[in-house]
Amino acid sequence: MLNRLFKDQLQLGFAQALAAAILAYGVVLLARRRKIHLEKESAVALVRGLVQIIAVGSTLVLLLKAPRWTGAFLLAGMMAAAGATSAKRAKGLPGAFEVSTYSIACGAGSVIAIMTWLGVIDTAITALIPVGSMLIANAMNTNGLTLNRFRSDVLAHVGEIETALSLGADPRQSVGPYVQASFEASLIPAIDSLRSLGIVWIPGLMAGMLLSGSRPIYAAIYQFVVLAMIFAASGLTSLVSTLLIRTHAFTASEQLLLRPGIKSG
Amino acid sequence: MNILTTEHLGRSVGERKLVDDISVEVGVGEVLAVVGPSGSGKSSFLRLLNRLDEPTSGTVFLDHVDYRQIPPRELRRQVGMVTQRAFLFPGTVYDNVIFGPRQRGELFPDNRVEDLLIRVGLVGYAKRDVANLSGGEAQRVSLARALANSPIVLLLDEPTSALDEVAKFEVESLIQDVIRQSHLTCVIVTHDFAQAARIATRVMMLEQGRATRLGTVEEVLNA
Repeated sequence: MLNRLFKDQLQLGFAQALAAAILAYGVVLLARRRKIHLEKESAVALVRGLVQIIAVGSTLVLLLKAPRWTGAFLLAGMMAAAGATSAKRAKGLPGAFEVSTYSIACGAGSVIAIMTWLGVIDTAITALIPVGSMLIANAMNTNGLTLNRFRSDVLAHVGEIETALSLGADPRQSVGPYVQASFEASLIPAIDSLRSLGIVWIPGLMAGMLLSGSRPIYAAIYQFVVLAMIFAASGLTSLVSTLLIRTHAFTASEQLLLRPGIKSG
Repeated sequence: MNILTTEHLGRSVGERKLVDDISVEVGVGEVLAVVGPSGSGKSSFLRLLNRLDEPTSGTVFLDHVDYRQIPPRELRRQVGMVTQRAFLFPGTVYDNVIFGPRQRGELFPDNRVEDLLIRVGLVGYAKRDVANLSGGEAQRVSLARALANSPIVLLLDEPTSALDEVAKFEVESLIQDVIRQSHLTCVIVTHDFAQAARIATRVMMLEQGRATRLGTVEEVLNA
């Protein structure tokens, strides 16, 4: 319907974006009926996402002409931004930004570096940035899930954790079960993506490669490669994140910092 | 001889003084009951004694050593704690009892586990899953678990207030027996004055974080 109303591609794009955003916000309003309030956060995320991707799209022409080494700076900037975004999922966790940025840099950064060195990711900006950003974005999501789950589990089990501390436990051991649970939970999306590849969904990258004339089998294999890299980056990010955050959750005197309130009994 | 001394101990969070300038000495084998209305700082005071919270003023001396000089894990081994809820770890009674020694990599022989279970009246419970215990039984396991660390001071934070009447008197009687037999130094927080009178040798009354009365049971509770 929209393509009949809008002949200009740019206008059509905005109309499509508006339709998708209305649909997305409709879900938020449905959730509101169940007293789940995500209105402000979702509205900001939708507008911000559109503005950011338009900005990137506008500068893509310049990026394509940039020398290859600029890719490293762009990816580093993306990792810092991912760290800041991800840290917001861990309100109350001390050092969440540092932990997030460091974890994403270790997870996504090392996978990008190794796979670029092996020649799996092309060093051309046109390949490095899209594939790298996919890895960083997924590492960011995984990190956010990890921290969010860790935070809620710790808050729900303050009694158990402090009991363990009272019995002389190492703080890292006292939060061990919650570290493990948050690591496992954070990897569910990456595992499900791999498991359902080709059956439930055919990712955009593969479709794009097919449209640009790649051989279908190679496009399929490369899509698997990308998902396997996403899994590796996400897993490593979550691993580093849980290792770091478990020490940040305590003071130097081994007191739990993350507590719902101060007991005044 | 004093085993536990607090010196101008205080803790503030923002503008609020949870514990305000408390100085008290607890002798070996003495049972100090900390009483006071809800929100008076009883639990906050107790949490400072095993350094689950950090004092913002003053300090605590354990056997005449400033507790900031003692590594936190070693301090908490020496100053055991039993809370209102048992917070048992998933697994068996045995797993829970040996939790403390296992943290330090110590071997804790089965006969010592049995001895502890006899002391808390849970003979033959070692292999039971803690998920199937009653509130009173869980609190007994919690006491055995704290005793497995061989503490020199035991902190009890309203240990019977979450139990029904029957279990409450059983656990209270058990605590009295354990304290008497082991000659343990105890600090017990309770809102129940009658319980304080039954268990304690001295009582400290807290109001708005401050110790307003300190003395024998008769002196404080009949004042």
